[in-house]
Amino acid sequence: MTASAADRRLLPEGRLAGPMPWVIAIMTFLTVLAAGAGMALGSAAWGLGNQLSGKLTIQIVEPNPELRERQTQTVLTELGNFGLVQSSERVDDARMRDLLAPWLGQDGLDADLPVPSLIDVTLRSNDPRSVTDVASAVKTIAPTARVDAHAQWLGPLQQLLSTMRWLSVALVALMGATMAAAVVLAARTALVTHRPTIDIMHLMGATDVQIARLFQRRAALDALFGSVLGCLCGALVVFGVGGRIENVGAALLDNGGLGWAGWGVIALLPVAAVLLSIITARLTVVRALAKLL
Amino acid sequence: MSNIVQFENVGLRYGTGAETLSDLSFSLSRGAFYFLTGPSGAGKTSLLKLLYLAQRPSRGQISMFGENLVAAPRERLPAFRRRIGVVFQDFRLVQHLSAFDNVALPLRVAGTDEREIAAPVREMLAWVGLQDRADARPATLSGGEQQRVAIARAVIGRPDLLVADEPTGNVDPEMAQRLLHLFDGLNRLGTTVVVATHDLHLLSRVGTAQMMRLDRGRMSDPTGALKYPPLSENL
Repeated sequence: MTASAADRRLLPEGRLAGPMPWVIAIMTFLTVLAAGAGMALGSAAWGLGNQLSGKLTIQIVEPNPELRERQTQTVLTELGNFGLVQSSERVDDARMRDLLAPWLGQDGLDADLPVPSLIDVTLRSNDPRSVTDVASAVKTIAPTARVDAHAQWLGPLQQLLSTMRWLSVALVALMGATMAAAVVLAARTALVTHRPTIDIMHLMGATDVQIARLFQRRAALDALFGSVLGCLCGALVVFGVGGRIENVGAALLDNGGLGWAGWGVIALLPVAAVLLSIITARLTVVRALAKLL
Repeated sequence: MSNIVQFENVGLRYGTGAETLSDLSFSLSRGAFYFLTGPSGAGKTSLLKLLYLAQRPSRGQISMFGENLVAAPRERLPAFRRRIGVVFQDFRLVQHLSAFDNVALPLRVAGTDEREIAAPVREMLAWVGLQDRADARPATLSGGEQQRVAIARAVIGRPDLLVADEPTGNVDPEMAQRLLHLFDGLNRLGTTVVVATHDLHLLSRVGTAQMMRLDRGRMSDPTGALKYPPLSENL
C-alpha cells in the first residue's frame, strides 16, 4: 500500500459522487465555447484588418470621358512612380460591368453615362499618413478624384469583431472565477463534512499544508474529470460550428478558423482548470485551518 | 529528574464565562506517571486540553519541552503535538478508517515511510488484543475495543507525553490492568504519563504513580507529586 492510497482513504467519497465534477464539466464546456468564439473572432478581426489595411480605391470622377481617361492614365503613371505604393491596378471594363450590373444592367458602361474610373491601390505601409500622401498626389492631377481607404468602410465591423473578442475573453475570465467560487464552496463543504477527521489529524500534529494536500488531490481529480469531459464536448461543438462556417463560405469569415494554436489553447484548458482547482482548494483549506489553534 | 511541563498561574475561560481553571501552577517531571483525579466538572478535561495543545490558556504561562507555548507561533505547534499521545474520553476514532489505519494515523501524519508502518501497527494491535480486528471499522467494534484502538493510536508513536482521559472507563478489569501495564511500560521507557480518572483503585496499580487532584478548577497535591515553584534550570 502506498502513502497516497492511505491518504486517499482519509477523505472518502468516490469520484463523481458529488456535483463538483459535473459543475466543472459544464463550466469548462462553456469556457471552451467562449474561448473558441473569442479566438475565432480575434482571427477574423485580424484577417479583416490585414485585408483592409493599406488598400484604397481611387475614383476619377470626371464627366468628360477624354479628360477622365487622361487623368486616369496620369494618375496610374504617377502611382507607379510613387514610393509608398506597392501596386496599382485599374478596374477593367469587364469588372466594372459586373459591378454595375445589379443597378444598371449589362449596358451600364454606356458611353453616355459618366461612370467614374476606378483604380485599386495597395500601399506598402498601413500608416494612415500614406493614404493622405497618396490622396494629395492624386488630387493634384485630378482635383475631383475621390480616394476611399477600405479600412474606413469596414472599420466598424472590425471594431465589432474586436469588441466581441474581448467580450469572449471576459466570459472566459468570468467562467474561471465562477469555477474557483464553486471549488471554494466545495472545499468548505468538505471541510465541514470531514471536520472530525481534520480535528484528530490536527491534534496529532498534522500541518495545515498536510491537511490541505488531501483536499487538493480531491479537487484535482474532480477538476480533471470534469474539465476533460467539458473540454471534449466543447471542442466537438466548436469543431461542428467551424465546419458550418466553412460551408457558408462567407469572405468575412474566411479567417475565422481556430488553427493549431487555437486548438492548443483549448487543449490546455483542462490543465488550467486543474491548476485553478488545486490552488483554490489549497488557499481555502489553509485559510480555514488558520482559524484553529 | 527534569520537567517536561510547567504551568505558571494558568487560567482558562471559555468565552465570557467564569474561569474553568484558575491559578494552576505546577510542573510535571519527565518520565513520571501522574493520575489526575477530581469530581465531574472539576476541569480535568480542560486541563488535559491545555496539555495536548487543543486550547491556549486565557492567562498564565505554559512551558512544554522547554519552550514557552503561549508565545510560540501557531506554525510551531504541530511539531509539539507529534510528541504528545492522546487518549480521548470519546475515543475520536476516524469512523471510515479500519482499526489498522486508525492506529497507523499518527505515524502517517509524522511522515513515517509506509513500509515501516505495518509491523509496529500489527504489534500494537496484538498488544491490545485486537490483532484479529485490524480491518474492522470502529462502528463494528465494541466500546472497549474502540477504547483499545484509541490507546494503541495514542502510544504507537512512542510519545514523550501521554495524556489519557478516562482510558479504562469502557474496559473490563482485566483489560484495564493490561492497559495500565502498557502505560507503565511506556512510562518506564521515558514517556511522561498523565491519566485522568475517576477510578481511585487504579492509583494502587501503578506503584510509582503520583496524584494530582482538581477541584472546581483549582489544583491540590495530595501526594506531593507536583513541584512548584519549579527549578527553571530543570526545563
